[in-house]
Amino acid sequence: MIREKRILLKNSGVIDPFSIDDYIDAGGYRALALALARTPGQVVEEVIASGLRGRGGAGFPTGTKKQAAARNDGKTIRYVVCNADEGEPGTFKDKAIMESNPHLLIEGMIIAGYGIGADIGYIYIRGEYYDCITRLQHAIDQARERGYLGDAITGRGFSFNMEIRPGAGSYLCGEELTLLESLEGKRGYPRIKPPFPAEKGLWGMPTLVNNVETLASLPGIVEYGSSWFRSSGTERTPGTKIFSVCGDVKRPGCYEVDAGIILEDLINDLAGGTNNGKPWKAALLGGAAGTFVPYACRDLSLCYERLKENCAILGSGAVIVIGSERKLIPFIQNILKFFRHESCGKCVPCRIGTKFIYERSLEITGARHDERLDVLDELVCHARQMAQSSLCPLGQSPILPLETLQRHFNETIATE
Amino acid sequence: MLDQQKIFAGFSRDKSNLLPILHALQDCHPHNYLTEESLRAAARFLGVNLSWVYGVAGYYSMFSLKPRGRYIIRVCNSPVCSMMGSSGIIDILTGILGIKPGETTPDGLFTVEEAECLGICDVAPALMINRNVYGNLTRKSLKALIEELRKKQHGQK
Repeated sequence: MIREKRILLKNSGVIDPFSIDDYIDAGGYRALALALARTPGQVVEEVIASGLRGRGGAGFPTGTKKQAAARNDGKTIRYVVCNADEGEPGTFKDKAIMESNPHLLIEGMIIAGYGIGADIGYIYIRGEYYDCITRLQHAIDQARERGYLGDAITGRGFSFNMEIRPGAGSYLCGEELTLLESLEGKRGYPRIKPPFPAEKGLWGMPTLVNNVETLASLPGIVEYGSSWFRSSGTERTPGTKIFSVCGDVKRPGCYEVDAGIILEDLINDLAGGTNNGKPWKAALLGGAAGTFVPYACRDLSLCYERLKENCAILGSGAVIVIGSERKLIPFIQNILKFFRHESCGKCVPCRIGTKFIYERSLEITGARHDERLDVLDELVCHARQMAQSSLCPLGQSPILPLETLQRHFNETIATE
Repeated sequence: MLDQQKIFAGFSRDKSNLLPILHALQDCHPHNYLTEESLRAAARFLGVNLSWVYGVAGYYSMFSLKPRGRYIIRVCNSPVCSMMGSSGIIDILTGILGIKPGETTPDGLFTVEEAECLGICDVAPALMINRNVYGNLTRKSLKALIEELRKKQHGQK
């Protein structure tokens, strides 16, 4: 029986999210003091050594990102931006952190700011997360009163301030460069990459954009060291990971476990197995912009390296379980509808492509069984062209569910 | 007008405040929307063109440029909620309220909207009414919820 390994969520449900004293009594802000006693370079080195990879979806090494954002002469203005625009369908892990332990994120952000030499941080949070916004704002105010935020933090020379910026309901703003556009008070249109935010980010300045879970991992790394961090997870996916499991399971929710957990253990031992007790039909890993895996892949280890070998992704850590009685055709149609709705319309392949593949996918329902696979093939073909020609990750997303659906569920689609 | 001045007093004239300002302006309007006048006021305050503000307000799904009800019901229609029965939720609401998504009841009380993932997939099918989340919805719980809001409204009158 697999059990949770709570590190980020250790104090969730234990301490009062509105009480900074609770957080401090549980060991909070100790890591910040330790970080400030070292040089920024040493802090970044520790993060690099930990092997922490971005928990938002792309899995980019966090330390490397920090190093890039810290480069240039000491005079440049820099920013830390927390990506709390959790919008990937099936994902609700960042909310769990922010609602239950907002100070953990704040402490992580201050450490990140110290590491790269930034003196201001923005939390860009989705507008619908009202409870998180209230709790974070309360926590920021408390931290400022106690001298953890502001000028000369805890009596040292380092200054850092923090502000919350709510989004307004755009999935695309979870993409880092689009997020920065939105943060600057513009429509959420993606920018052309490169330059990456580490070179030219918010208002053209070097910016570190990290996900909530990533930033919340920093206090632990600073306090207990990179080798402690590496004692969890796998060699190439160190640490714990919070998975948000939903769909046809008895106990949907967030589960923090060693990265590399076996998919079936997560679904059975932690999420309580399927609602009807029968083997599930499919699991969608990583959200709508994720990959389907069949029940035959239930022994898959959920870490970057093993998933990549199996043409699947970890993404944000969303696991959507689709039960034996469900039909996959309406499910994929809904995913494609989602992309059509969220396409910003800036670049043609995505604007026209998301609409076209959604409308074409509707024809699968009425098509003769032998024709269905031709339609699916056509969808995959168009999605691939979109992936090659679109400006940002949204246009590059539909290929992931479509291709894996075709690979594993061709027969199901034909006979469903 | 007085409300607007109060709102602007809480912000610096930094363009990055546009979204928070629009949220605040919308929230203070009894019909939960952004009037042309409020867009103009935001543009003046930040020193940007009205077209800029209008472009931003029109882009984001949480902003509305037309009047809405007192209670905005946002039904999550993302893949997870949809799989767990969100279309049934819309049908039930249409039955109870007599309006389709995008419409407002004649008494100005409810607006129904379809929303993409609201990040509450663990309690799918789910919806939000203004700032509150309601999950694991059934026909019965949904009916009770609407009834309760109606009663609350009558109680206030």
